[in-house]
Amino acid sequence: MKEKKEPRAKLERKNILSLAFWTGAWVITMAISTFGSLYLWESNALLSVLAILLNFAVGIGMILANIRHLNSLDELQRKIQLEAMGIALGLAVVGGLAYSSLDQSNIIGYNAEISHLVILIGISYMAAILIGNSRYR
Amino acid sequence: MKNKIKVLRAEYELTQEQLAEKVDVSRQTINAIEKGKFDPSLPLAFKISKLFKMSIEDIFQNE
Repeated sequence: MKEKKEPRAKLERKNILSLAFWTGAWVITMAISTFGSLYLWESNALLSVLAILLNFAVGIGMILANIRHLNSLDELQRKIQLEAMGIALGLAVVGGLAYSSLDQSNIIGYNAEISHLVILIGISYMAAILIGNSRYR
Repeated sequence: MKNKIKVLRAEYELTQEQLAEKVDVSRQTINAIEKGKFDPSLPLAFKISKLFKMSIEDIFQNE
């Protein structure tokens, strides 16, 4: 017997909620692995390694949830996502290396941190999604 | 690419939302195709032509 296909909008909503859950869990485990050794278990190496492993495992879950989410999108939505990811990745490589060069040349008075790159990726990705959606409205 | 989807949709008394549901895409995609902002893939064009019982060439014309 042919299995009844789940409506696309319902499947998409379910996958967005799943992605939100995994992203939230990843952020929480990242906070635990970052601040745990400072405020909770004070330089206990075993607990630090366990927290990092947990964060890594949840990160894999987040990646898989993102793949499921992308697969539930239709062709226009995938095009918008693809363009946004291309822009975010391109800016991360070009902007990140230029930023690193500024640090190495001591032109900027502070260290170029990986977190700055993550912020750049996040902002450029969100901006590209908003622009892409408004372009095809 | 020009297309007759808006006219056909009116003939069949379908909203964008209803057509989107029938061909398994979002309403945004139907709207973008109607406005000529987005060209559908061949499988989607086949789905639309099958729904309106017309050939792809009769619905979509290259500008």
